Parts: sequence; C-alpha cells; structure tokens
Amino acid sequence: MTLLKYLQRNARIQLVVGLFIGVAFGFLLQKSGVTDYNVILGQLLLRNMTFAQLLVSAIIVAMPGVYLLVHFGCAQMHVKPGTLGSVMIGGLIFGTGFALLGYGPETAAGAAGTGALDALCGGIFGMILGSGLFAALYPKIKTRFLNRGPFPAQTLPELLHLNQGLVIGLAEIVMVGILLALAHLGW
Amino acid sequence: MFDVFFQPTWSPYTAGAGIGILVCISFLLSDRPLGISTAYAKVSGLMEKAISPERVESEFYRETIPRVDWVLVILPGVIVGASLSAILSGQFHLFWVPGMWETAFGANAVLRFIAALAGGIILAFGARWANGCTTGHGISGTSQLSLSGILFTACFFLAGITTAFVLSRLIGM
Repeated sequence: MTLLKYLQRNARIQLVVGLFIGVAFGFLLQKSGVTDYNVILGQLLLRNMTFAQLLVSAIIVAMPGVYLLVHFGCAQMHVKPGTLGSVMIGGLIFGTGFALLGYGPETAAGAAGTGALDALCGGIFGMILGSGLFAALYPKIKTRFLNRGPFPAQTLPELLHLNQGLVIGLAEIVMVGILLALAHLGW
Repeated sequence: MFDVFFQPTWSPYTAGAGIGILVCISFLLSDRPLGISTAYAKVSGLMEKAISPERVESEFYRETIPRVDWVLVILPGVIVGASLSAILSGQFHLFWVPGMWETAFGANAVLRFIAALAGGIILAFGARWANGCTTGHGISGTSQLSLSGILFTACFFLAGITTAFVLSRLIGM
C-alpha cells in the first residue's frame, strides 16, 4: 500500500502512467472503430451500435473491477457530485456538440491520430476554445445554473437504499442483457 | 501471436473490456477516474497564460489548474495510441471530410471545418458545464453507479440522437 501511495503522489511517475494509459486508450478506441466519424454518426442515427457496445462492455468490466479494488482497500471511489443544473443541462449541450462534431473528446483525439484533419483542426481546436469560453463565463454560470437541483444521493445504491454489491449484480445482468438483445437484433 | 495488433478492427466487446481494465488501472495506480475533457481546459488555460497571465487568475482556473499533469498527458497519449493502431493496420490517411458528411453535405472542407469547430466549442462548453464527458461521466462515473454519470449519459445520448436526426431530416443523410 505504501508503494501504491508513493506511486500515486509522485508527479513524474504519474506523467508516465497517464501517458501510458492514454496510449493504450487511444489504441483501443481506434481498434474498436469509434475514432471514425461514420461510426459515431451511425450510432446517433441508430444504424450502428458499435459505440454503445463499447461503452457498455467497458462499464461491465470497470464496475465490478473498481468495486473490488475499493473493497480490498486498493483504491477509493471518485464519484463526481452533480446537480440537475450541471449534469442535465451540460449533458444536453454536450450531446448537441457531439452530433455536430461527430466525435467525443476522446474519439476526436483518436481520430486526429488516424489522420482526420477535421477532428484535429476543427474538433480539438474547437474544444480548447469552448473550454476557454466556459472558463470566462464560469462565475455567472456557476451561481445561476450549476448549484440548482442537487441530487438526493450521489449513487444509485444510496438512492435506492440497497447494498452496492447487489445493485452491481443487477446492473451487470441488465448490461449483459442489453448486449445480447443488440446482438439478437442483428447488430 | 502479435497478429492481433495488425488487425484493422477488434470487436467492441474486446476493446470495451480493455477500456474497462484501463479505468481500473487509473483508480489503482493514479487514484483517479479515467477522463480526458479536463485536458482541453488545461491546454486552454496554458494558452491563455502564455498570452495574458492575469486572465488565468480567474475562478475557473483556480479550480482547474492549468499545468502539465496526469490528465493533460492523456490527450497526446490518445493521439499517439490511435495513430499507432491505425499505422499498424495500414489505415492511417489524411483527410478533411468523412464519408457520411460528404454524402450529406458535399466534399467542401471549409464547411466541414466550420461544423467541426462549432461542434467542438459546443461539446467542450457542455463538458465543462457538466464537469465531465463521455469518458469521465459516461464510463468512469457510470461504473461507480454515480447518478451524475448515469444522468449525463442519458442526456448526451438524447441530445446527440435528436440533433443527428434533425440534421439528417433537413439534409436527407
């Protein structure tokens, strides 16, 4: 554990770890096909389910994985607190931009790596500009929207007053069911 | 046995499971969830700092400190990793206009650039508004059964599908 703590607190080692995770992430994104504009737009037009299958598969593995790491004291939960005003409005704005760009923040970076100049010059540059624009308006948005409608709980098990392990078990069954249903429907 | 690295595509289940393992590695080795959109905000902050240092004293950049750190290096990492994958499978090629865009809106690179730029600005504005993106909220958040992750995912799919269908109806994509 002390070795882990040392690793986590050493900024230089963390740069190497982050870079390694980023390279592996980009590699997997490209291999799955989601760095392609056509795959993302195909998903949003409900003609291609690759993006949803990738997302659900990642969650199927990460959900019990993170739970076990936390359970055995090897990691901590990092749940982002949210409000309706931040997550709901932000998610709707994000989704609109996502459809127009045809890439997400991670898939745009990946697409740029495969030679997509629209993702590199338009997407990445636009995301840097959009972040700067938000930073300039942040104080006003924060007081008017971001603190509105706090959630009654931070996680689904807390909201339902159910054991976390039980909810994870149920969620796993639902997610595997979604993948099987999509495969059955011919995706 | 290294043939898999040269294959053009892997099943989304395999690649997804790999990303799930990366989320676990982030929690274990870095004590943080996997995310990327904050990297764009940090790059933006570093650029503003280079142009006019006093601007970075703002409230946003006091909370999201512009510096080269774990989350910032994820961004070049993803570019390099995707490049490597595309080069190994012979898929790397430079282009401005993706296929489905060209079918719907034509091969004009300037039009595609403007739409991608506008899309990027809106997307990042939304990511900062929600404090997360498809990775941070969608994968890392939902994997912890966080309400913010689940609600964000539902909202971005809803808005994304609606926008894509409106565009396709207008243009006949």
